[in-house]
Amino acid sequence: MAGSERWVGKSLERFEDAALLTGRARFMDDLEPAAGLCHAAILRSQHGCADIRSIDVAAALALPGVIGVLTPDDVAAMSNPIGNMVSRKLRYYPCAVGRARYFGEPIAVVIAENRYIAEDAVDLMEVSYVPKPAVVTIADALAPESTILHEEYGSNVVHERTFRYGDPDGEFIKAAKVVSCTVDYPRVNSTPIETYGVIADFDAGNGRYNVWSNFQGPYAMHPLVCDALRVRGQQLRLISSPSSGGSFGIKHGVYPYIVLIGLAARKVGRPVKWIEDRIEHLAASSAATGRATIIDGAFDETGHLLALRLKQTENVGAYLRPPDPASLYRMHSTLSGPYRVRHIAVENRVVVTNQVPSGLNRGFGGPQFYYPLERMMDLAARELGINPVELRLRNVVERFPYETPAGSVLESGNYRRCIELALERAGYTELVAQKERARREGGIFGIGMALAVETSASNMAYVNLALTPAQRSKQLPKSGAAGRARVIMDPLGAIIVHVDSLPNGQGHRTVVAQIVADEIGVKPEDVEVITDLDTFGGAWSITSGNYSNRFSTVVASAVAVAARMAARKLRAAAAKTFGVEAEAVQLLDGMASAAGASNEPVPIRRLAMQLHWDAGDLPDGVDGSISELAEFSPDTMTVPDEQDRMRSSLTYSFQCDLASVEVDAETGRVHVHKYVSAHDAGTLLNPAVVEGQLRGGFAHGFGAAMLERVIYAADGTLLSGTFQDYLCPTAPELPDLGVAHYATPSPNTIQGAKGLGDGCSMIAPVAMANAIGDATGLLDLTPPFLPGRLWELLRGGAPDLVLQRPNTPPPGESRKELSGALRGRGTVVIESARKRVWDALLDPEELRAIIPGCESIEQTSPETFRAQIRVSIAGIGALYEAQVRIFDRKAPERLRIAARGESKLGFGQGEAMVTLEETESGLTQLTYEYGADVGGRVATFGQRMLDGVVKVVLADFFDRLRAHIRGEKPAGSLRQRVRRLFAMLQAFRGRM
Amino acid sequence: MKPAAFKYMRADSLEEALSVLAKYGDDVRVMAGGQSLGAMLNMRIVSPSILLDINRIFALSKIESSDTLVTGAMVRQADALSDAIVRREAGLLAQALPHVGHYQTRNRGTLGGSVAHADPSAEIALVLATLGGEIELRSARRVRRVAAKQFFRSSLVTSRGGDELITALYWPGASPDQRTAFVEFAVREGDFAIVAIACVFQEVAGRMRLGFGGCGEVPQVVEIPITTGTSTRSVEEIAQHLSKQLECRSDLLASSDYRRSLATTLARNAMMASMEKARADA
Amino acid sequence: MLEVEAGAKTLIRFTLNGKPVQTEAETRMQLADLLRHVLKQYGTHVGCEHGICGACTVLVDGRAVRSCLMFAPQVEGATVITIEGIAGEDSELNDLQMAFRKHHALQCGFCTPGILASATQFLKERADVDEQETRGMLSGHICRCTGYSSIVEAILATAKSRKTQNHEPNSTERDK
Repeated sequence: MAGSERWVGKSLERFEDAALLTGRARFMDDLEPAAGLCHAAILRSQHGCADIRSIDVAAALALPGVIGVLTPDDVAAMSNPIGNMVSRKLRYYPCAVGRARYFGEPIAVVIAENRYIAEDAVDLMEVSYVPKPAVVTIADALAPESTILHEEYGSNVVHERTFRYGDPDGEFIKAAKVVSCTVDYPRVNSTPIETYGVIADFDAGNGRYNVWSNFQGPYAMHPLVCDALRVRGQQLRLISSPSSGGSFGIKHGVYPYIVLIGLAARKVGRPVKWIEDRIEHLAASSAATGRATIIDGAFDETGHLLALRLKQTENVGAYLRPPDPASLYRMHSTLSGPYRVRHIAVENRVVVTNQVPSGLNRGFGGPQFYYPLERMMDLAARELGINPVELRLRNVVERFPYETPAGSVLESGNYRRCIELALERAGYTELVAQKERARREGGIFGIGMALAVETSASNMAYVNLALTPAQRSKQLPKSGAAGRARVIMDPLGAIIVHVDSLPNGQGHRTVVAQIVADEIGVKPEDVEVITDLDTFGGAWSITSGNYSNRFSTVVASAVAVAARMAARKLRAAAAKTFGVEAEAVQLLDGMASAAGASNEPVPIRRLAMQLHWDAGDLPDGVDGSISELAEFSPDTMTVPDEQDRMRSSLTYSFQCDLASVEVDAETGRVHVHKYVSAHDAGTLLNPAVVEGQLRGGFAHGFGAAMLERVIYAADGTLLSGTFQDYLCPTAPELPDLGVAHYATPSPNTIQGAKGLGDGCSMIAPVAMANAIGDATGLLDLTPPFLPGRLWELLRGGAPDLVLQRPNTPPPGESRKELSGALRGRGTVVIESARKRVWDALLDPEELRAIIPGCESIEQTSPETFRAQIRVSIAGIGALYEAQVRIFDRKAPERLRIAARGESKLGFGQGEAMVTLEETESGLTQLTYEYGADVGGRVATFGQRMLDGVVKVVLADFFDRLRAHIRGEKPAGSLRQRVRRLFAMLQAFRGRM
Repeated sequence: MKPAAFKYMRADSLEEALSVLAKYGDDVRVMAGGQSLGAMLNMRIVSPSILLDINRIFALSKIESSDTLVTGAMVRQADALSDAIVRREAGLLAQALPHVGHYQTRNRGTLGGSVAHADPSAEIALVLATLGGEIELRSARRVRRVAAKQFFRSSLVTSRGGDELITALYWPGASPDQRTAFVEFAVREGDFAIVAIACVFQEVAGRMRLGFGGCGEVPQVVEIPITTGTSTRSVEEIAQHLSKQLECRSDLLASSDYRRSLATTLARNAMMASMEKARADA
Repeated sequence: MLEVEAGAKTLIRFTLNGKPVQTEAETRMQLADLLRHVLKQYGTHVGCEHGICGACTVLVDGRAVRSCLMFAPQVEGATVITIEGIAGEDSELNDLQMAFRKHHALQCGFCTPGILASATQFLKERADVDEQETRGMLSGHICRCTGYSSIVEAILATAKSRKTQNHEPNSTERDK
């Protein structure tokens, strides 16, 4: 080690930024790496669950500019299902083979000369769906009558395992207090601003796929993709994009598209580019798992946590997609959190639902675990009458290293001090006083705290906890969590470093340069860092990638090791020149010197030249090539033992978040008064970069707490499918974040750094929940705390009225109640006898004239009709294939109509109860009451408008009925009829 | 996410635009600022056969005031926001405009386009309806002015004829005793309002007009007698009473009960604010 | 009146980053695609194509607008500035860009070109900016990396230094 100036620990400006700030950085969609590039668009399912009867691609293929179509049959014929660790019967292809299992699932790929034509062709494809009742929630998945998503597998529960550490049952019997907390943690999507992208080229000569993508690793997916594509490793060349526009984990999930677009390129014999659009991304990229947890804590009378019992049910979406069920097991050996609890019982279960498959999203299994744990701690504090801060202080780990019941070794830390730091930083004493003052004045003020241990540099072996010890024994153990780096010096002394961390914007190039500068005695700007990864070269392994905070831990360590190897050679060369021992050589500020030597200092770049040119004359064990590959793979990591104990992570950081909030009872709005986050992430390599991670992690965590959720209607339609509905926090919403650091260096990494990339994303939701719980007294809290949801909770209601609708049974079944989320009623007086109106409602010929946009109608049985209807509101229109059933008839008084229609824009179903009454003047008063659901694209994009649209469409129908019976010719367009319609709408609008 | 192909027609004059509308009617989609339409086209939920671009009809970009403030349909929201005449003659509009979309969308979005789009949460439509303003519609056949109250029919549905173009908005002049307030509640800044309230208080006349936006499908406007001396408690009761009669929609972010409750709170705040201004000025 | 049949291309002439451009494109082509895929100015990024994320924001006639919501023929005759031309010709980075680097106001940098376009207009329009106003302007952009505070700092710092610089000619007098 040498250097008068240490670069590590400095907040250097980033070397990445000049290119990013001038538009010179190249991202995925900027690449044109192969001649003859064509473009893909993907036809996607508009149903949450539907069997696919047929796909008509003829019209698409006939469109000029279309090169080809990849169908599910092609995919099944050309590839293997992507493997998972549970069962071959859970078949996962990158598109819907036979059955579509989530809204937005790829069905077919059109390849065309440009994206515009490709999308035109998608619109020309006809899919014949047979919709099934969707399995949307965990409760749906477990209900015996629900659709089985994977019939071959036979159950929606795809994994179950129980674990026991210590004697939890005994402790629960002994406990003075048992506190229970139930949480249904929602799903979120880390949604970076750059979406997925893949360019694939198939070289028929050697059967090789050349693929460019913004895949972020882990490269363990490389063999998985090879297997799916039915090729050997050398036949899949995977090249990363030079820059990646954010990931937060989610860009691991691009790998199924590497398969899909690879197959498309192979089919058309041309390189194919596919850039995911935002709508595709929000519907079908990936989302964090949802998790239903029942957590019980056993406490003694002084508030010591004796035992934990966890029942976790994980919603992984439609497929068990690797690396899941990893989300469920990432925290497993740290289920004790930061606490000294020794006895833990766990029941784990994984279910599939008609939702987007899960995968890496910032926090990866952390938020889902810490939310119930830390909510339970707050509920316990309440029940025990102990201050929540005090309760935590009584239970946190005090002595390090500390081995957790499930095998993690928390290597260093001072949790108590870090908590105290957060309290100091937040001015806790004053906050408490402020809370009391606010409450005296009727304010709803609360303080909440949450703690977390953040695991870093995981060895992926934790996924194997999903297998029993017997199952595991048949597998290759996976203990490694390697980081790789190569340091090269050329004859002119240029230093080039390759690393395998595949950054998505974190500034790795800058930090690597700082580390190397310190080790070799040069300036950071003398170090060129290459983060591109190409499986045909460079320093990659299956563990490569950007996940699990592996950069600051194993990659940064590998960089230091490789740089030291290079420095050793430089010293050897200098030692020869100076005639001293290598240990006496100092590398500093670009110069080599040795104390006591008579020679003038020698430029380090000259040593590089010397090594290159004069390799024949070096000491034993030193050669002239400076191309030093280092792998940092600590042997302290283990695989699960017979008792399911393992140490799966290299370092364990600690954090304490503290929030104080004031809730506006009238609006349900939460005002964050103060938010502080204190961290122990060991040595900080570049504090400004660290700060960036913390603030970014906080934005994700705060978003999950207050705004974001992936949400589906009961029919499986995604309701958070645009940036209008998936609410990312913007600048005005984010409160100020106070940051504090207390560093206890990790003995497990070279620089002493731990990880903190997940940071506040793991516990901001529960810190906010605890503050809101403290303020409002509400016990049952599920994020996001949108004003409307909190307002409903404050008045004792359910937070999601709109969504609480039963899985709609097929229309036309006799029930008393109408179903459907969109409700309404209307009345129209028709200047005719009741019998006449009744007949018109049942006569196909008359109905054709009455139904707006009706292009054809035929009676298929005494009770049923089939029709083609063009529905159009404000130019938003499509042709619907509709089936109508009339039942519960009592001529000429009442009937019920059930209808279901489907178009390219979406589908709808609904029911109306129609009653006909004779008025005193012999006219007919028609009253209708309806319930309807609208799904598909139109519902995803226009959820806010549906209520009004359905209302207008129905009012229009009955108005036309009236006009028709009066013998008026209904006018052509809705717009022209609107004057009359308006009068009718007034009938059920508040008169003001 | 690319729009379906359309025939592109770019009118250089009002006459050209009206002749296109006369000929093609409902097959035409008019593009003003395009801040909603552009997204709908990209998503292909709207695929017109003809897109009529009226951005080059500079005659529609004027802000004029003789008796009444008249803004051309193509006045950009950002321009209206920074316009001294608008601020003077239609203070309520100036108060509402910062809530319309974002800094960037206001640079392009127009007053007329927003009115034509008729989003239930639209602030400009709400202000126009509350002030008792009018919409000028032109076709090749005729010119007519429609009161905002009659113009908005439902979400996205207006009484504009297929051959008509919105050419101007008429903003009735403010009386000297008029005090206004605009309050809005949205989840994030720039989001569609869950509830927006526009309030015009005429102190001397002892009248107040309140417009409720975001609640129902269209702006709902009510006029009540009230004086500066009205107690806070009475204001509260009036707000409650008015909200009870509102049509309130439900959607993912807000149940109708929540909307109604917000309407009460916001109406009270807006009433208090306008009365406070009157008191302060007196 | 310009009339272009569906699917046909039209000639488009405008000024891009100070240079005249003449090109052809289908009328339905988004301005963002015209800039990127026809004119190969890849610095403008596309994030949502529905006008919310703000990544594609460019300056058209000095105003920050969503290039995903404008179509190619709409810039006929206009002056367009993208990230490639935002610094002008004098230096690689202007003061705003340098402030972004100094304050670590970017991570992945994907949203940054759009934010710089907005901030350019925003700072040009006013000499004084406060944090609330700046955050309001930024509400038209989504950044998933930074949590925004460093962006706000960079913009405020630029405003402050510009104000100081504008006063500089008088500073010697003040010193007396």
